[in-house]
Amino acid sequence: MTNKLQVEAICQGTVIDHIPAGQGVKILERLHLLDSDVSITVGFNLPSKAQGRKDIIKVSDLKFTEQEANQLALFAQGATINVIEEYDVVEKFSMAVPETLKGAFSCPNSNCITHNEPVSSFFHLKEKEDDIRLKCHYCEKSFSKNIVAEI
Amino acid sequence: MKNPLHQKDIISIADLSRSDLELILDTAAELKASPRPDLLAGKVIASCFFEASTRTRLSFETAVQRLGGTLIGFSDSSNTSAKKGETLSDTVKIISSYTDAFIMRHPQEGAARLASEFSGVPVINGGDGSNQHPTQTLLDLFSIKECQGKLDNLKITFVGDLKYGRTVHSLTQALSLFGAEFTFIAPDALYMPDYILEELDEKGIRYQRGESIESVASESDIIYMTRVQKERFDETEYKHIASNYILGLDSLTNAKANLKVLHPLPRVDEIQVEVDSTDFAYYFQQAENGVYARQALLALLLNEKV
Repeated sequence: MTNKLQVEAICQGTVIDHIPAGQGVKILERLHLLDSDVSITVGFNLPSKAQGRKDIIKVSDLKFTEQEANQLALFAQGATINVIEEYDVVEKFSMAVPETLKGAFSCPNSNCITHNEPVSSFFHLKEKEDDIRLKCHYCEKSFSKNIVAEI
Repeated sequence: MKNPLHQKDIISIADLSRSDLELILDTAAELKASPRPDLLAGKVIASCFFEASTRTRLSFETAVQRLGGTLIGFSDSSNTSAKKGETLSDTVKIISSYTDAFIMRHPQEGAARLASEFSGVPVINGGDGSNQHPTQTLLDLFSIKECQGKLDNLKITFVGDLKYGRTVHSLTQALSLFGAEFTFIAPDALYMPDYILEELDEKGIRYQRGESIESVASESDIIYMTRVQKERFDETEYKHIASNYILGLDSLTNAKANLKVLHPLPRVDEIQVEVDSTDFAYYFQQAENGVYARQALLALLLNEKV
């Protein structure tokens, strides 16, 4: 069985490939993809030479915003983004964890000043073992990516 | 050449290098020995305490006046535009346009960092919620250097509430730059947080957990006491554990001759009054040193050369 047969090709849009198996559903939720009216094709737990198992999401007629791409970087480390036009991959890039993240998540510290002032949240990111730690630029508290994303 | 702290914001102790800290401490020692009432002449300093404070505010305000500067500001936010709903960023923009430096304390973490982005003049953090209180660390370092004659390779014991005390966190971070060795004495519920211990591990700093004050007094150069707050425990539990974190004369029987006891104050009963009259007590000199440390900082921020 080849991957080509598993998930149908799209004409135009974005393919998120090599998502760590199990993260695909979370990404659908996090990016609110199911709330939009775009067509989505998904494949979960597909065989992958590099990863053993992987998830894949194909979204027609959609280009990700910077914030969405940042969220992907946090929750699908190692995933690749393929921008598709006329069935061809015109751009391909791997998601790397950014050094900083602005505006994507609010600070989990309820007493952080960013909740009351006209500024975007701003985190400094550090990879640590299996986690990514986000340190708030303002209140200096550090959080696991899973805590930041729950807020 | 102008000093490296000229016109800088002082928000977090981690923003200061070892040489920055040494410059501040040397300047504080000079100002303690020879007062300089000219260094802030003609300068107006804002002292804005959105949260009440006694020692920090009064020692900042004394420092400004000892250097010949004048003050505007408030000691709590109850009669200010903040009460009417003005954002901190607007308040800072306006007050900083009146003044040459902006000293602030605020109950929310991150307030000082945010203020520095909206202020046209240097911001000095006098405490932002549970986060940072860098000038307390400066006066602690100054006091340690003053009483030990050095900062390098000292053995420092911290006692009491090591979990919630921002003073303890900042001071361990700063002392890490000077190769200190730490002993921590605290109940489980108030032990040093993991993220601080991880930082110490990353820097290769040696630390251990101590059993009692008495058992470490013979090896410590400094015992830094903090208060175990009653409200963090139920009454029976508090009675059971509190006595382990109280320093009295009997704790100091085998103390090193150079040992000094520090405390950020206010103390309640964690240092017994009988210790005050011994050579080990250094907490009142430490509180006085707050004025010199803050004078040094203000002088360096507002003068190219001191």
